[in-house]
Amino acid sequence: MDFLDFEQPIIELEKRIEKLKLTAADSESSVDLDHEIDNLIRKYETLTKEIFSNLSEWQIAQLARHPERPKALDVIQAIVPDFKELHGDRMYADDAAIVSGLGTIENLSLMFIAQEKGQDTKSRIFRNYGMPKPEGYRKAQRLMKLAEKFSMPIVTIIDTPGAYPGIGAEERGQSGAIASNLFTLASLRTPIINLVIGEGGSGGALAIGMGDSLLMLQYSIYSVISPEACSSILWRNPKEVEAAADAMGISAKRLSKFDIIDRVIPEPLGGFHRDPELMYKDIASAVVDEVQLLKNLALDDLIDRRRKKFRAIGEFQEI
Amino acid sequence: MSWFEKIVPSRIKTRKKQRSKSVPEGVWMKCPECKSQLYRAEIEKNLFVCNKCDHHMRISARDRLNQFLDPESQSELFPNIISVDPLNFEDTKKYKDRLTHSKEVSGESDALLVMEGTLNSIQVVACAFEFKFLGGSMGSVVGEKFVRAVDRSIQNRAPLICFSSSGGARMQEAILSLMQLAKTTSALVDLAAEKIPFISILTDPTTGGVSASLAMLGDIIIAEPGALIGFAGPRVIKQTVGQKLPSGFQSSQFLMEKGALDMIVDRREMRDTITELILILTHSKTKEKH
Ligand SMILES: [Zn+2]
Repeated sequence: MDFLDFEQPIIELEKRIEKLKLTAADSESSVDLDHEIDNLIRKYETLTKEIFSNLSEWQIAQLARHPERPKALDVIQAIVPDFKELHGDRMYADDAAIVSGLGTIENLSLMFIAQEKGQDTKSRIFRNYGMPKPEGYRKAQRLMKLAEKFSMPIVTIIDTPGAYPGIGAEERGQSGAIASNLFTLASLRTPIINLVIGEGGSGGALAIGMGDSLLMLQYSIYSVISPEACSSILWRNPKEVEAAADAMGISAKRLSKFDIIDRVIPEPLGGFHRDPELMYKDIASAVVDEVQLLKNLALDDLIDRRRKKFRAIGEFQEI
Repeated sequence: MSWFEKIVPSRIKTRKKQRSKSVPEGVWMKCPECKSQLYRAEIEKNLFVCNKCDHHMRISARDRLNQFLDPESQSELFPNIISVDPLNFEDTKKYKDRLTHSKEVSGESDALLVMEGTLNSIQVVACAFEFKFLGGSMGSVVGEKFVRAVDRSIQNRAPLICFSSSGGARMQEAILSLMQLAKTTSALVDLAAEKIPFISILTDPTTGGVSASLAMLGDIIIAEPGALIGFAGPRVIKQTVGQKLPSGFQSSQFLMEKGALDMIVDRREMRDTITELILILTHSKTKEKH
């Protein structure tokens, strides 16, 4: 199991608890051991709370990218039992970095458009580490329009380092594909819910991340540029990631200061990967809440609300 | 701004010709492409296109709009919207200091200059990115000025023309900058609903968030010859793919071949080409004599 350096003390305790539990199961009288286990569990909870209440922006970025953190497909499989994946942009290819399709939550018909990073080495390569190419964005746009046609709310699940910076991606018009998606999202006549579960990397995330409600998991991030790239460019030093992450403010908590996020969904103690089942339940209910809320609006009002929301973003002064 | 400047209407102020800050001063200058020694006054008359190799030099936003719009018609819009450093951002330098420095080197208040005026007597709203202002990066001020330019276009039913030259979103305003992609796009949806033409001209260089939003949303997308245009910069791509980039990669000609552009237009033909496009798009060709 992969873990981060600041998780180490937690993992150590966890291992000790597991070991004691095994011993307790084997031994005749386990009263003393039970007592010790209880103590350790309390210690584990206190320590985890302590560590997690003081996370830096960079540590949250690492949690958002945690190899053990469930990915978009895990979420979809957990909360959309009848998911039917729909493939391809009908022009060039099927981009595996974008997973999209139809399904229901509590009998609500929904369109899902997600960025999938992959769960192991093989699937990460297949998914291009969640970095979509133009054909991925065009597939997404095709399905956005399909959703609009059948009055289906769209749920996008965001988890990407960014749009793929490759030769083919540029040749096939990466900028134009992203821009075109933004235009579509800005005018689409159906509710759009954007859920950031991990990493919201720049324009590549926004290309499926613009909508009516922006939900972020507690330890997810959304940023204009990765802390690594920001550090290299502004500090001219790739090692200033801590400072870069902190200066930009990329966590759900810090971003909440601006009127951009509609809801932060708290994560289980120790993060999403410590209790995925609990997190899935909370994600599903948050999504249903938002869908119900948005479905109550007349379409014209919905579009007007979206338009006003984005027009109001920005801080400046008029002298 | 002095009290005197404040009371003079902006229409009069902008007539005072401001000097280009993009091309170095002096009687002689060197073409950055073919390295020929050129007589500055001659090149200025040639709109800063090298008369030996046709290289289109980078020019300031103000020079751009001065040479593009009819003289005497130009008036600057929204010059008083300025950055506030919403995150109190500091890297090796304070964002506030970078803003002050950029104002000094560019002579502009932020990275987007907006004007209204006429183009061969057609009323238009035109904007240009100032690359010397923090790499033409888009933050809250650029986004707001662009949106207001769109609104002015709608109000006056005047076509919108935008010359891009930008490295992308402004890192120092973090998420607010990223959201300017959404904000400016949202305004362009309104412009499209009114069926008012939006002509986007990509100049050297146009990359990142600006190319992934407003710049690629023109009804007609034009590039100047030899411009670098892309989503990711060539350095990042080279690092990612670990191989040499094809020659001419991300140049105007390359994008044209790949189908991303409507046309490549020489700077010296820009005014007349766009005039024609607007007249035809708006069914005005027969009504006006040119
Ligand atoms: Zn030359």
